[in-house]
Amino acid sequence: MEAWFALLVGIFFSVAVYLMLSKFIIRMLLGVAVLGNAVNLLIFTGGRLTRDVPPVIPEGADALAAPAANALPQALILTAIVISFSFFAFLLVLSWRAYSDLATDNTDEMRVAEPVDEPVPPLGY
Amino acid sequence: MPNRWTSLSRHLDIDRIMAASISPSADLSAALVHAPPTAAAWLVILPVAWCLAIGALLVMLRRPNGLHPTIAILGLAGLALIDGLLLKAVVENGPLTMVMGRWLPPFGIAFTADLTGALFAFTAALVALVAGVFSLTDINDSGRRYGFYPLLMLLMAGVSGAFLTGDIFNLYVWFEVLLISSFGLLVLGSEPEQIDGTVKYGFLNLVGTTLFLIATGYLYAVFGTLNMADIARKADVLRNSAPLVTLAGLFMLAFAMKAAAFPVNFWLSASYHTPRVVVSALFGGLLTKVGVYALVRVMVMLFPVEREELSFFLAVAGALTMIVGVLGALAQTDLRRILGYLIVSGIGVMLAGIAVGGPGGVGGAIFYALHSMLVMTGLYVASGIAMRLGASASIATLAGLYRRHAGFAALTLMLCFAVSGLPPFSGFWPKVMLVKAALDIGAWWLVAVFLLAGFLTTIVTGRLFLLAFWRDGTQAAGGAVSLSPTLLGPLAVLTGLTLLIGLYPEPLLAIIQRAAAGLAEPSAYVNSVFPEGGPR
Repeated sequence: MEAWFALLVGIFFSVAVYLMLSKFIIRMLLGVAVLGNAVNLLIFTGGRLTRDVPPVIPEGADALAAPAANALPQALILTAIVISFSFFAFLLVLSWRAYSDLATDNTDEMRVAEPVDEPVPPLGY
Repeated sequence: MPNRWTSLSRHLDIDRIMAASISPSADLSAALVHAPPTAAAWLVILPVAWCLAIGALLVMLRRPNGLHPTIAILGLAGLALIDGLLLKAVVENGPLTMVMGRWLPPFGIAFTADLTGALFAFTAALVALVAGVFSLTDINDSGRRYGFYPLLMLLMAGVSGAFLTGDIFNLYVWFEVLLISSFGLLVLGSEPEQIDGTVKYGFLNLVGTTLFLIATGYLYAVFGTLNMADIARKADVLRNSAPLVTLAGLFMLAFAMKAAAFPVNFWLSASYHTPRVVVSALFGGLLTKVGVYALVRVMVMLFPVEREELSFFLAVAGALTMIVGVLGALAQTDLRRILGYLIVSGIGVMLAGIAVGGPGGVGGAIFYALHSMLVMTGLYVASGIAMRLGASASIATLAGLYRRHAGFAALTLMLCFAVSGLPPFSGFWPKVMLVKAALDIGAWWLVAVFLLAGFLTTIVTGRLFLLAFWRDGTQAAGGAVSLSPTLLGPLAVLTGLTLLIGLYPEPLLAIIQRAAAGLAEPSAYVNSVFPEGGPR
């Protein structure tokens, strides 16, 4: 089970990296969304995948029985989902604003903050 | 369906579980802290709670927003006071811990303030207070309406939380808190340059924090704990069986990206010159230093052996960051773009210090980070004043500032000396410590880079001062701008602090040496989290 999930996480990461290497902002956004899910799946897999043993600590013991799934990574994922969703929402609005204000969705052409043909700094006094 | 219910109940043994949780004989002492927290322990959590409360209050007073500056500056003064008391308590009694919800660590999220965290938090609060005063003249009504002050308080909550938390996933959460507030501050005003800068800042920083999250996920899978003290004491046991060098490398990459180290520094130079001046000043002082702090915490305290193994990469990255940063600064004409590259160059110094290690290297890196917080904020404030006086941001057109405002010119010159590492200012002593520490381990090439970068920085700031201040200016002044106390006061305070540290470094140096020793040998930190040894 874990091996299949590891493979899936790998596919997610490669898709995300491929999309984020694009210079078009909408593809980068999709890449960010896939990246967030890749990380969540990774943490999920890290907490063991099993339904055989319920994650309830038996009486007299301090910790879960060894093969039980760890619940904490799932709590971490909940936090990470909320955060990555809000960031995605912000970046989506920002990208729309950038597209309407800068009239391009190509990051190579977004050179307002760092103009291409800058004058050379003064060389003499 | 009573039959199904009884069978389910028997299957899960609900009756027994419920009886166990209700019965008074259940022993909770293994899971909960019983002693009520001391007054000093509340100081650990108070900076974050205070900032969040003031931020919430400001949001409620959104309209009318005339009271925003007063409340925010009083709030930041209160934060500086709290952080000052916390630093005093930590200096006197050693690390302080408070756990959330009274759950015993490592189950509850712990906030632990040691000397390093308290020093960083206190300096950050000072810088924010000074920037808050400067914002009085820099943030107008529309800036207030867009929520500058609530975002400022939320940024400080994130920064304070990152410095004081003792839990690595919690550190990630505070990173995100300060990141989302910094997005808001960066686009405040919505000029095209700001949107362009924020796109690059936003995407690259999100990738950086996602790397941090990946590393944290792996760390939990390896260690089974997220508490830093617990990780520090378990690392020795797991070192032979787990890929800790890979893990440390992932953390190193993530934090280097947050700190803007070469070759992952480009988001900084693309964005830091675009927002309001006070926002640049805050970011220049605070944000990259959070990355450096996290790097120190993880590499020096949690993974010291792995830091040793990765130190060559860290040293090369630091050396390249120093040189690339200062060469970038030489190539710019815009005041704030020059300063952005100088921040990057300073980050290189801190990375090299962490790579050198030992009390001198780590202490020098911490000292340099504190110095850089004060000086970079001061230089951004100075650039804002110069832009207002000369009605230009370019050293090609600015001129004659010295003739018109000699006092302002003198303060700026002192900050230029400080950032170049010249005595008698605060940049000199950490450089001395780092050069000595690097010579002690025989890294002469790193010493050469330190000195070369310092020399080039002197050229950058010297040229800036020569052109913008000393050159005869015939250009039209930007109106009759008078230098009010709210404009010059913040600059004078920061310059004064730099000069004070430069002239009288012993008290601060003593604390920093203790802080570095506490990171190298974190038994006091671990004892503060697990007073009775705790579960292993």
